[in-house]
Amino acid sequence: MNFDLTWMAWTWPTAAFFTTILLLLCGMAVWEYASPGGNPRVGILRFETTRGDRLFLSLLGSAFIHLAWLGLVGSNLWWALALSVVYAIGVFRYV
Amino acid sequence: MDKTWNNKAWFLVLPVLVLVAFSAVIPLMTVVNYSVQDTFGNNVFFWAGTEWFEELLSSRRFWEAMARNLIFSFIILAIEVPLGIFIALNMPKKGWGVPVCLVLMALPLLIPWNVVGTIWQVFGRNDIGLLGYYVNALGIDFNYVQDPFDAWVIIIVMDVWHWTSLVVLLCYAGLVSIPDAFYQAAKIDGASRWAVFRYIQLPKMQRVLLIAVLLRFMDSFMIYTEPFVVTGGGPGNSTTFLSIDLVKTALGQFDLGPAAAMSLVYFLIILLLSWVFYTVMTNYDAER
Repeated sequence: MNFDLTWMAWTWPTAAFFTTILLLLCGMAVWEYASPGGNPRVGILRFETTRGDRLFLSLLGSAFIHLAWLGLVGSNLWWALALSVVYAIGVFRYV
Repeated sequence: MDKTWNNKAWFLVLPVLVLVAFSAVIPLMTVVNYSVQDTFGNNVFFWAGTEWFEELLSSRRFWEAMARNLIFSFIILAIEVPLGIFIALNMPKKGWGVPVCLVLMALPLLIPWNVVGTIWQVFGRNDIGLLGYYVNALGIDFNYVQDPFDAWVIIIVMDVWHWTSLVVLLCYAGLVSIPDAFYQAAKIDGASRWAVFRYIQLPKMQRVLLIAVLLRFMDSFMIYTEPFVVTGGGPGNSTTFLSIDLVKTALGQFDLGPAAAMSLVYFLIILLLSWVFYTVMTNYDAER
């Protein structure tokens, strides 16, 4: 069998991006195994969220932070990444 | 007694995961890969970084298509929801009229989207179309091929014709689930027709209305087939919505990088809306 994936046009940065997402999901699975139930709680959004919801919100929010940075500031995304990490910590702590 | 947690049940989800991987995840990964590269064909790609995203976010064409999408969604919601409630309130609740009305209401929903587009494309033409011909005969200059306002009118009327039935059926389901005891109590209290609607029917329809509004918003935000068939995005770009613009960029101009960047931004917006939809629904259920 020929597993030619050139049609997917892989690059190292995009591969690293998806590997990070995969590692995050694996980390969440391990966390769930160690502490089952998803740690549901009611945060500042005033409805119940689990760890999975908080990860989803973190990733979605980070995507919009990066887009807003690209549109409003410029192409240097390191500060957008730092802002996204702070945002994700905030989400996991308060949402 | 402690609840038993058994994560082995997750294995039952594996077949779905495999299906989703092939139908959604792998194509999405490919789109992400395209969005940071440029190509002139022959499967040869050049690194472009965030260039397509920057170009997209500063593109007037993109924001205009987005604005058109939002205006379209707002207009059709403002028409379809009140109209749907009105029709549902006036539909018969018992007797032979019920199945007749339900079938009539369901008919537009059963017609494929491209057929709906074709019907209205012909129907609205001022030379051979019934609607276009008679509107012009009344002295109103109606030509959706040349006039942007007329193009919007035909697309909005088509969407209202196609999708108001969904709102009607959802509202009707909410209305028939109200027990007679509520109406009897209102009658004893001498409640007016408006009071019955405001304090009995509307609260009981709240959940289905929520579903209707969110479904119609998401559907209208992703609309493609009908306006593409009727106007092709024209005249000019007056009815070019995000999805039409995306297809023009990807297949018309074969600009895969910019199209991939646009589809990712579009995907993120839809993902956000889906999350809002899911959260509102699940929290509404939890509150009840």
